[in-house]
Amino acid sequence: MRTVSLFSATLFALLLSACSSQPPAPEQNASGMESRTPSTIGADPSRVESFDPLSVAALKDPRSPLSKRSIYFDYDSYLVKDEYQSLLVTHGKFLAANSTMKMLIQGNADERGSREYNLALGQKRSDAIKKSLSLLGAREDQLESVSLGEEKPACSEATEECWAQNRRGDILYSGEF
Amino acid sequence: MTSAHAQLKIEITGAGANRLPIAIADFSGERIVAQALTSVIRADLDRSGMFRLIDGIGMLGDNTPPPFADLKQRGADTVAGGTTADLNNGRFETRVRLSDVLKQNTLDMQAYVHTGAQLRATAHRIADSIYEKLTGEPGIFSTRIAYVVKSTGRFELQIADADGANAQPALASREPIISPTWSPDGSKLAYVSFEAKKPVIYVHDLATAKRHVVANFKGSNSAPAWAPDGKRLAVVLTKEGGSQLFLVNADGSGVTRLASSAGIDTEPRFSPDGQFIYFTSDRGGSPQIYRIAATGGATERITFDGSYNVTPRPSPDGKSMAYIARTNGRFQLALMDLATKQTQILTDSSKDESPSFAPNGRMLLYATEIGGRGVLAAVSSDGRVKQKLSVQAADVREPSWGPLVR
Repeated sequence: MRTVSLFSATLFALLLSACSSQPPAPEQNASGMESRTPSTIGADPSRVESFDPLSVAALKDPRSPLSKRSIYFDYDSYLVKDEYQSLLVTHGKFLAANSTMKMLIQGNADERGSREYNLALGQKRSDAIKKSLSLLGAREDQLESVSLGEEKPACSEATEECWAQNRRGDILYSGEF
Repeated sequence: MTSAHAQLKIEITGAGANRLPIAIADFSGERIVAQALTSVIRADLDRSGMFRLIDGIGMLGDNTPPPFADLKQRGADTVAGGTTADLNNGRFETRVRLSDVLKQNTLDMQAYVHTGAQLRATAHRIADSIYEKLTGEPGIFSTRIAYVVKSTGRFELQIADADGANAQPALASREPIISPTWSPDGSKLAYVSFEAKKPVIYVHDLATAKRHVVANFKGSNSAPAWAPDGKRLAVVLTKEGGSQLFLVNADGSGVTRLASSAGIDTEPRFSPDGQFIYFTSDRGGSPQIYRIAATGGATERITFDGSYNVTPRPSPDGKSMAYIARTNGRFQLALMDLATKQTQILTDSSKDESPSFAPNGRMLLYATEIGGRGVLAAVSSDGRVKQKLSVQAADVREPSWGPLVR
């Protein structure tokens, strides 16, 4: 078990470093996660067992990137920003390693304009996340992308700051939807 | 009764051009019943913006000759008098006579047998009859409206009379409900519910309160629109990738793809003759309104001005189209003459959504925001008469005007 988890952790670290060699993104925070994970393995072996990065338990472990479930988009944009690539790599690997797990991706849009059109905009966001995950090894039947449009705002004030929080895709796993 | 069930309050501003001056006399007979009837009839006719009510002529039975000289002096062109008799079996009979003041003759006589509980419904029928006799178009006072009320953690799909009275919940949910739309015969509502953590289309039978799923495919299922024959719906599904238009039978069978685009296609609406489907698409780079034959084929772009034109709603006569246009950051209800492509902005608000024509095409009901709260508003299709309908302490949205009652 320990060998497996060490192997997975190493793979995970490799993935992250592979990822950080991608084109630069100013707000990227992957380097912080990269340095933290290997040092945890080296410094305190007892914690390694409790942190198998591709286990179901990691989904809700705040130390795991798998616990990070929200991907934010720019205004009128449906492109997954570079800063989320490493996060999606981790989720893609998780789905590949846990073939019975399924994922529901809920796209959201800010409140301005038509509800049904915003539903379609939220769908473009969840579809973009789904496409990334497919490319990263998740099977088609593990993924469902849907939209909540402007109907479930994380923030309900009419400010740019608030709207930015609502231009979002959320990841849910089996048992959470 | 919770605040969410509270009656919609109506506030009217503006006045129509060339309003017909009419006197609705106090009906004779059973005083309390007659008073209740005449107050609803007057409110209906006044709210339509088509009539100017002439007051002060007192009581007039259906069989009494109207005081034509006095009415003429007060400026009334038409007068309605009536009598309500107690039939002593729990029922009343109300007889109404409509007379032309200038020609001094009878235009119409009608009799209605009704219970006390049917007072408002009877008054709406009388107002409909007067409206149709004098304008040549059907009245919409007996129709119903559907809308969604959002209160804390609760969404209710409600049905009310066109004047906001008798609001009843058809569905309550902790998750959002959007896009309710009436079947052409008024017996059902199609809507989108998010109770399954994703949008799913239902058809809900109002008499039985039973509903069935029309579309719950992988991905999102939304934007239902009834074909005029009530047998099929146009819907938006993402099951084959992207938000795309499909047709489906009302029982959920027979799903067929209607159109294909690389972008978003949504908000379908049939033309009243069933020939075309109007819809919103961003295929040209910004959301604009297009139409396609209901059998599929080539699309035709309808809107060109501005960078955001959405939510097409063809008028009941098929000659015009209401939609939402964004102008200088404001989302406003607009009306386009489909033959000339001339457009008119009908409102001065800035967050208009979800317009819905009255079945006679004279008024449009829509959602807007006042003081950060969702309210329903109505405007005459010439933009002259405006009404605001609000429920205290709740958000009201997604209005849909029901069909004529046959």
